[in-house]
Amino acid sequence: MAKVTIDGHTIEVPDGTTILEAARKIGGAIVPPAMCFYSKLKTSGGYCRTCIVKVSKGSDKDPRPMPKPVPSCRQTIMDGMVVENITSPEIMEARAGVVEFLLINHPLDCPVCDQAGECHLQDLGYEHGKAGTRYEFKRRTFPVMDIGDNIKLHMNRCILCYRCVKVADQLCPGRVHGVIGRGDVAEISTYIQNAVDNEMSGNMIDVCPVGALTDKTFRFKSRVWFTKPVNAHRDCDKCCGKVTLWESGNEVLRVTACKDTYGEVEDVADGKPGWICNTCRFDKKNITDWTIEGPRKIDRHSVISANHYLEQKALKMDIKMQKLLGEKAHN
Amino acid sequence: MQLTNRSKVVSNKEMTLMERAYLPAIVKGMGITLSHLFKKKVTIQYPEVKRPIAPVYRGWHVLKRDEQGRENCTACGLCAVACPAEAITMTAAERKPGDENLYREEKYASVYEINMLRCIYCGLCEEACPKEAIFLTDRIVPSDMLRQNFIFGKDKLVEGTTADKRIDVGVRGGAHRKED
Repeated sequence: MAKVTIDGHTIEVPDGTTILEAARKIGGAIVPPAMCFYSKLKTSGGYCRTCIVKVSKGSDKDPRPMPKPVPSCRQTIMDGMVVENITSPEIMEARAGVVEFLLINHPLDCPVCDQAGECHLQDLGYEHGKAGTRYEFKRRTFPVMDIGDNIKLHMNRCILCYRCVKVADQLCPGRVHGVIGRGDVAEISTYIQNAVDNEMSGNMIDVCPVGALTDKTFRFKSRVWFTKPVNAHRDCDKCCGKVTLWESGNEVLRVTACKDTYGEVEDVADGKPGWICNTCRFDKKNITDWTIEGPRKIDRHSVISANHYLEQKALKMDIKMQKLLGEKAHN
Repeated sequence: MQLTNRSKVVSNKEMTLMERAYLPAIVKGMGITLSHLFKKKVTIQYPEVKRPIAPVYRGWHVLKRDEQGRENCTACGLCAVACPAEAITMTAAERKPGDENLYREEKYASVYEINMLRCIYCGLCEEACPKEAIFLTDRIVPSDMLRQNFIFGKDKLVEGTTADKRIDVGVRGGAHRKED
């Protein structure tokens, strides 16, 4: 066990835990954002650099600070480590720079993109005041591509996080898509547009932090904030069958896996990640196919909860929190 | 609590002879009526005569096209989510190959409806629009006898392509956006 202090919160975690995982155990605003790291996918992380943190004290044995910001998804903790995330202005500035780099080739076509409203890059850009762009040069462009029957690939929007490649690697035996090319011309491709027809391939839509991989059955059907998310399940012999249905009226517009606060697939009862199969995701669009459990709780600050009624308790908590923050800012 | 100085206390006192005669009161009342004949009229003969309106007047919406005549709206739904009266509904569709001269982006609004009876003309849709597609203009929404005629579809909202069918949005066109 090792003790680590992140933004003044001390927690004891097992050896070998990364800073990001330790921060997620504390929770709240101090958790570094992550675009490529996905706790349910092995070897993910280390590409995007949005999760950088400052280590102001290496460990009890060697208290020197680390000379550069470190990616918290890969850096394991040491006993007595002191980490600064949101309390460090230089890290916030560096992260804003990383966001700007991620947006260099991003087309900023959020009004068209189906991911808008639940896009991590959008949130990140908004949080760091980088909603616009300073980039004046020609962006790299790719034609829109069909990956299999049900997945659309907008390579323009891709930030090369490799999450979908890890899904293909770890969930779909005999993967047929990966990254080809290198550097500026690197792109996700199926290589001569081989169809991705594995039963679990739809999960790459869920792991995609941007709108690069989208559901073709939901393409331009509705904006996510006009749909109502409900928890549902069905007996499925291929997957856990626990999903979130995105409804409009009595129509199921989209089926996704259940996602937690960090946008990752939630664990199901047996402790395994709740990946869902393509049959559940693309073919079961009839409300009678599902057993509805109840409305899904959505973070109040998400646009998805705009114009929706709140639970009284959640509302009260939120008002209290806002008041506290307001007083803090005032003093 | 006294709200105004003009309130009159009602009393049940017996009327005097003058008051009971009624005729002087009628003459007095008719005098007031007749004096209005010679005063300036407060009404105007709309639509022949129109009152001046503010340059930022918010009336009948327009869905703008760009210089090449393509619709700006991409059915992003931000106007609908910003609308406090929930007056706006839309259905998006994917642009087909060959329609590039009709719609600017790969997605467009196949149906775009504003319920003008619900609309409160607050202008939040215009503020929310990332594509400079919707604007409120100085045109006054015409009256009608049927409720269903107030649900304005794209036929009444999208401006024409020719120069004379374009709708001027006055000071709203881009002027207030330069601040950002």
